[in-house]
Amino acid sequence: MNARLIWPKTIAAGDVIKVRLLIQHPMETGYLQDMTGHLIPRNVIQWIRCEYDGQEVFKAQTSSGIAANPFFEFYVRATVTALMVVTWFDDDGQTGELRQLMPVQS
Amino acid sequence: MSRPTRAKTSFSPERRQSLALGARATLGSGLVALTSALGLGWANNTFAKDDPVEHMMTSGKLRSVSEMLAGVKEYEVRESQLKSEGIQLHLSILADNGNSVPLGVSVASPMTPQSHVTDIYLLSQRNPVLVMAHLQLGPWNGRAELNTRVRLAGSQKVFALARTNENLWLVDSADIIVTESACVDASS
Repeated sequence: MNARLIWPKTIAAGDVIKVRLLIQHPMETGYLQDMTGHLIPRNVIQWIRCEYDGQEVFKAQTSSGIAANPFFEFYVRATVTALMVVTWFDDDGQTGELRQLMPVQS
Repeated sequence: MSRPTRAKTSFSPERRQSLALGARATLGSGLVALTSALGLGWANNTFAKDDPVEHMMTSGKLRSVSEMLAGVKEYEVRESQLKSEGIQLHLSILADNGNSVPLGVSVASPMTPQSHVTDIYLLSQRNPVLVMAHLQLGPWNGRAELNTRVRLAGSQKVFALARTNENLWLVDSADIIVTESACVDASS
Protein backbone atom coordinates (compact mmCIF):
# COMPACT_ATOMS: atom_id res chain seq x y z
CA MET A 1 0.00 0.00 0.00
CA ASN A 2 1.38 3.29 -1.10
CA ALA A 3 0.90 6.68 0.40
CA ARG A 4 2.12 10.15 -0.22
CA LEU A 5 2.65 13.18 2.00
CA ILE A 6 3.05 16.63 0.54
CA TRP A 7 3.93 19.88 2.28
CA PRO A 8 5.45 23.23 1.28
CA LYS A 9 9.02 23.25 -0.04
CA THR A 10 10.35 25.61 2.58
CA ILE A 11 9.06 25.54 6.12
CA ALA A 12 10.11 27.95 8.85
CA ALA A 13 9.83 27.07 12.53
CA GLY A 14 6.45 28.11 13.87
CA ASP A 15 4.70 28.04 10.51
CA VAL A 16 1.27 26.52 10.25
CA ILE A 17 1.61 24.40 7.15
CA LYS A 18 -0.82 22.54 4.97
CA VAL A 19 -0.19 18.81 4.87
CA ARG A 20 -1.75 16.73 2.15
CA LEU A 21 -2.03 13.00 2.63
CA LEU A 22 -3.04 10.53 -0.05
CA ILE A 23 -3.24 6.80 0.58
CA GLN A 24 -3.68 4.23 -2.15
CA HIS A 25 -6.54 2.02 -1.02
CA PRO A 26 -9.64 0.62 -2.80
CA MET A 27 -12.00 1.41 0.14
CA GLU A 28 -14.41 -1.33 -0.94
CA THR A 29 -17.81 -0.53 0.52
CA GLY A 30 -19.17 -4.06 0.52
CA TYR A 31 -22.22 -2.97 -1.48
CA LEU A 32 -20.85 -3.38 -4.96
CA GLN A 33 -20.70 -6.55 -7.04
CA ASP A 34 -17.94 -7.95 -9.16
CA MET A 35 -18.37 -9.10 -12.77
CA THR A 36 -19.84 -12.45 -11.67
CA GLY A 37 -22.48 -10.85 -9.48
CA HIS A 38 -20.90 -11.63 -6.14
CA LEU A 39 -20.61 -8.94 -3.52
CA ILE A 40 -17.10 -7.66 -3.04
CA PRO A 41 -16.33 -7.91 0.69
CA ARG A 42 -15.97 -4.67 2.56
CA ASN A 43 -12.44 -3.43 2.94
CA VAL A 44 -12.15 0.10 4.18
CA ILE A 45 -9.52 1.86 6.23
CA GLN A 46 -10.66 1.98 9.84
CA TRP A 47 -8.27 4.62 11.09
CA ILE A 48 -5.43 6.82 9.96
CA ARG A 49 -3.04 8.33 12.46
CA CYS A 50 -0.41 11.00 11.88
CA GLU A 51 2.41 11.56 14.31
CA TYR A 52 4.81 14.44 14.10
CA ASP A 53 7.82 14.48 16.38
CA GLY A 54 6.25 11.75 18.50
CA GLN A 55 3.01 13.68 18.99
CA GLU A 56 -0.26 12.61 17.43
CA VAL A 57 -1.35 15.55 15.32
CA PHE A 58 -4.18 14.09 13.29
CA LYS A 59 -6.43 11.11 13.58
CA ALA A 60 -9.21 10.05 11.27
CA GLN A 61 -11.66 7.23 11.87
CA THR A 62 -12.96 6.50 8.44
CA SER A 63 -15.79 4.42 7.02
CA SER A 64 -17.12 3.49 3.62
CA GLY A 65 -18.20 7.13 3.38
CA ILE A 66 -14.68 8.14 2.40
CA ALA A 67 -13.79 7.91 -1.27
CA ALA A 68 -11.36 5.34 -2.66
CA ASN A 69 -7.75 6.44 -2.27
CA PRO A 70 -8.44 8.52 0.83
CA PHE A 71 -7.24 12.08 0.65
CA PHE A 72 -6.91 14.34 3.65
CA GLU A 73 -5.68 17.87 3.86
CA PHE A 74 -4.99 19.28 7.30
CA TYR A 75 -2.80 21.83 9.01
CA VAL A 76 -0.01 21.39 11.47
CA ARG A 77 2.31 23.75 13.28
CA ALA A 78 5.90 22.91 12.30
CA THR A 79 8.41 23.39 15.11
CA VAL A 80 11.49 21.26 14.48
CA THR A 81 12.87 19.02 11.76
CA ALA A 82 11.19 15.75 12.63
CA LEU A 83 9.62 12.64 11.22
CA MET A 84 5.98 12.58 10.22
CA VAL A 85 4.75 9.03 10.65
CA VAL A 86 1.46 8.03 9.10
CA THR A 87 -0.07 4.68 10.02
CA TRP A 88 -3.36 3.15 8.98
CA PHE A 89 -5.31 -0.04 9.47
CA ASP A 90 -7.96 -1.63 7.27
CA ASP A 91 -10.69 -4.30 7.47
CA ASP A 92 -8.35 -6.86 5.93
CA GLY A 93 -6.16 -6.48 8.99
CA GLN A 94 -3.41 -4.86 6.99
CA THR A 95 -1.50 -1.94 8.37
CA GLY A 96 0.37 0.62 6.37
CA GLU A 97 3.04 3.05 7.34
CA LEU A 98 4.70 6.05 5.77
CA ARG A 99 7.62 7.90 7.33
CA GLN A 100 8.78 11.17 5.94
CA LEU A 101 11.17 13.74 7.34
CA MET A 102 9.81 17.27 7.55
CA PRO A 103 12.68 19.71 7.12
CA VAL A 104 12.18 22.88 9.16
CA GLN A 105 14.49 25.87 8.84
CA SER A 106 15.34 27.36 12.18
CA MET B 1 -51.72 13.66 -33.23
CA SER B 2 -49.96 10.32 -33.51
CA ARG B 3 -48.79 8.54 -30.43
CA PRO B 4 -45.00 8.58 -30.15
CA THR B 5 -43.35 5.19 -30.45
CA ARG B 6 -40.86 5.94 -27.71
CA ALA B 7 -40.24 2.90 -25.51
CA LYS B 8 -41.55 3.57 -22.04
CA THR B 9 -39.01 1.44 -20.24
CA SER B 10 -37.64 2.50 -16.92
CA PHE B 11 -34.23 2.94 -18.40
CA SER B 12 -35.11 5.06 -21.39
CA PRO B 13 -32.45 7.70 -21.85
CA GLU B 14 -34.83 10.62 -21.40
CA ARG B 15 -36.12 9.27 -18.12
CA ARG B 16 -32.69 8.58 -16.85
CA GLN B 17 -31.54 12.04 -17.77
CA SER B 18 -34.49 13.81 -16.30
CA LEU B 19 -34.01 11.93 -13.06
CA ALA B 20 -30.31 12.36 -13.19
CA LEU B 21 -30.71 16.10 -13.31
CA GLY B 22 -32.21 15.81 -9.89
CA ALA B 23 -35.04 17.93 -11.16
CA ARG B 24 -37.88 15.59 -10.48
CA ALA B 25 -39.82 18.36 -8.81
CA THR B 26 -39.51 20.85 -11.63
CA LEU B 27 -38.59 19.16 -14.86
CA GLY B 28 -40.38 15.94 -13.94
CA SER B 29 -43.67 17.59 -13.13
CA GLY B 30 -43.26 19.75 -16.20
CA LEU B 31 -42.87 16.59 -18.22
CA VAL B 32 -45.90 15.06 -16.59
CA ALA B 33 -47.95 18.17 -17.26
CA LEU B 34 -46.76 18.27 -20.84
CA THR B 35 -47.40 14.62 -21.55
CA SER B 36 -50.82 14.64 -19.95
CA ALA B 37 -51.67 17.75 -21.90
CA LEU B 38 -50.73 15.86 -25.02
CA GLY B 39 -53.08 13.12 -24.01
CA LEU B 40 -50.48 10.43 -23.55
CA GLY B 41 -51.94 9.34 -20.25
CA TRP B 42 -48.51 9.08 -18.78
CA ALA B 43 -49.31 11.27 -15.86
CA ASN B 44 -50.42 10.98 -12.25
CA ASN B 45 -46.87 10.41 -11.06
CA THR B 46 -47.37 6.67 -11.17
CA PHE B 47 -43.91 6.20 -12.57
CA ALA B 48 -42.27 7.42 -9.42
CA LYS B 49 -42.86 4.04 -7.82
CA ASP B 50 -41.68 0.70 -9.21
CA ASP B 51 -39.00 2.46 -11.13
CA PRO B 52 -35.54 0.97 -10.62
CA VAL B 53 -33.79 4.19 -11.51
CA GLU B 54 -35.98 6.21 -9.21
CA HIS B 55 -35.52 3.65 -6.48
CA MET B 56 -31.75 3.65 -6.84
CA MET B 57 -31.53 7.39 -6.53
CA THR B 58 -33.78 7.73 -3.54
CA SER B 59 -32.93 4.53 -1.72
CA GLY B 60 -32.31 4.88 1.95
CA LYS B 61 -34.36 6.89 4.36
CA LEU B 62 -33.25 10.41 5.11
CA ARG B 63 -32.10 10.62 8.70
CA SER B 64 -33.35 13.33 11.00
CA VAL B 65 -30.92 15.48 12.95
CA SER B 66 -31.61 13.63 16.19
CA GLU B 67 -31.04 10.28 14.50
CA MET B 68 -27.76 11.56 13.21
CA LEU B 69 -26.70 12.80 16.62
CA ALA B 70 -27.49 9.40 18.10
CA GLY B 71 -24.90 7.99 15.74
CA VAL B 72 -22.16 10.02 17.40
CA LYS B 73 -20.96 7.27 19.70
CA GLU B 74 -18.13 9.02 21.52
CA TYR B 75 -20.23 11.80 23.03
CA GLU B 76 -23.76 12.51 24.01
CA VAL B 77 -25.07 15.41 21.99
CA ARG B 78 -28.52 16.92 22.10
CA GLU B 79 -30.05 18.90 19.33
CA SER B 80 -30.44 21.90 21.62
CA GLN B 81 -26.66 22.02 22.10
CA LEU B 82 -25.96 22.67 18.45
CA LYS B 83 -24.90 26.11 17.31
CA SER B 84 -24.65 27.02 13.68
CA GLU B 85 -21.95 29.63 13.90
CA GLY B 86 -18.22 29.70 13.37
CA ILE B 87 -18.22 26.63 11.18
CA GLN B 88 -18.39 26.35 7.44
CA LEU B 89 -18.93 23.28 5.32
CA HIS B 90 -17.67 23.66 1.79
CA LEU B 91 -19.52 21.42 -0.60
CA SER B 92 -20.55 21.92 -4.20
CA ILE B 93 -24.24 22.09 -5.08
CA LEU B 94 -24.09 19.31 -7.62
CA ALA B 95 -21.92 16.21 -7.86
CA ASP B 96 -21.94 14.22 -11.06
CA ASN B 97 -20.67 11.18 -9.26
CA GLY B 98 -21.16 10.29 -5.63
CA ASN B 99 -18.03 8.18 -5.52
CA SER B 100 -15.71 11.06 -4.85
CA VAL B 101 -17.05 14.40 -3.72
CA PRO B 102 -14.63 17.05 -2.47
CA LEU B 103 -15.64 18.33 0.94
CA GLY B 104 -14.07 20.93 3.19
CA VAL B 105 -14.72 22.04 6.74
CA SER B 106 -13.31 25.12 8.40
CA VAL B 107 -13.97 26.18 11.95
CA ALA B 108 -13.20 29.65 13.27
CA SER B 109 -11.06 28.69 16.23
CA PRO B 110 -7.78 30.12 17.55
CA MET B 111 -6.59 26.53 18.12
CA THR B 112 -4.79 27.41 21.35
CA PRO B 113 -4.56 25.00 24.30
CA GLN B 114 -7.30 27.09 25.96
CA SER B 115 -9.67 27.04 23.01
CA HIS B 116 -9.51 24.52 20.23
CA VAL B 117 -11.50 22.07 18.18
CA THR B 118 -11.16 18.48 19.33
CA ASP B 119 -13.41 16.53 16.99
CA ILE B 120 -15.01 16.96 13.61
CA TYR B 121 -17.70 14.60 12.42
CA LEU B 122 -18.80 14.33 8.83
CA LEU B 123 -22.33 12.98 8.81
CA SER B 124 -24.44 11.84 5.93
CA GLN B 125 -28.21 11.85 5.91
CA ARG B 126 -28.60 9.01 3.45
CA ASN B 127 -25.44 6.88 3.35
CA PRO B 128 -25.69 3.35 4.75
CA VAL B 129 -22.95 4.36 7.18
CA LEU B 130 -23.90 7.55 8.97
CA VAL B 131 -20.48 8.75 10.10
CA MET B 132 -18.35 9.24 7.02
CA ALA B 133 -15.37 10.26 9.09
CA HIS B 134 -14.55 11.21 12.65
CA LEU B 135 -11.51 13.45 12.71
CA GLN B 136 -9.57 14.39 15.79
CA LEU B 137 -7.64 17.63 16.02
CA GLY B 138 -5.86 19.62 18.68
CA PRO B 139 -4.00 22.86 19.39
CA TRP B 140 -0.96 21.49 17.52
CA ASN B 141 -2.84 21.86 14.25
CA GLY B 142 -2.79 25.66 14.36
CA ARG B 143 -5.80 25.85 12.11
CA ALA B 144 -9.10 24.00 12.24
CA GLU B 145 -9.46 23.31 8.58
CA LEU B 146 -9.81 20.04 6.71
CA ASN B 147 -10.38 18.86 3.20
CA THR B 148 -11.21 15.38 2.05
CA ARG B 149 -13.22 13.47 -0.51
CA VAL B 150 -16.35 11.61 0.49
CA ARG B 151 -18.78 9.12 -0.99
CA LEU B 152 -22.46 10.00 -1.13
CA ALA B 153 -25.40 7.69 -1.76
CA GLY B 154 -27.70 10.11 -3.50
CA SER B 155 -28.97 13.64 -3.05
CA GLN B 156 -29.07 14.65 0.57
CA LYS B 157 -28.00 17.06 3.25
CA VAL B 158 -24.48 16.64 4.56
CA PHE B 159 -23.62 17.75 8.09
CA ALA B 160 -20.33 18.80 9.60
CA LEU B 161 -20.28 18.70 13.37
CA ALA B 162 -17.41 20.14 15.39
CA ARG B 163 -16.79 19.82 19.10
CA THR B 164 -14.58 22.28 20.95
CA ASN B 165 -12.66 21.57 24.15
CA GLU B 166 -15.31 23.62 26.00
CA ASN B 167 -17.88 21.07 24.79
CA LEU B 168 -19.50 23.49 22.39
CA TRP B 169 -21.05 21.80 19.39
CA LEU B 170 -20.98 23.66 16.10
CA VAL B 171 -22.86 22.49 13.07
CA ASP B 172 -23.15 23.40 9.44
CA SER B 173 -25.00 21.60 6.70
CA ALA B 174 -25.16 21.72 2.93
CA ASP B 175 -27.59 20.34 0.40
CA ILE B 176 -26.11 18.43 -2.47
CA ILE B 177 -27.59 16.87 -5.57
CA VAL B 178 -25.83 13.65 -6.48
CA THR B 179 -26.54 12.43 -10.00
CA GLU B 180 -25.05 9.00 -9.56
CA SER B 181 -25.12 7.36 -6.17
CA ALA B 182 -21.93 5.78 -4.88
CA CYS B 183 -23.83 2.67 -3.83
CA VAL B 184 -24.75 1.49 -7.29
CA ASP B 185 -22.36 0.00 -9.71
CA ALA B 186 -21.93 2.44 -12.53
CA SER B 187 -20.47 -0.24 -14.76
CA SER B 188 -23.64 -2.35 -14.91
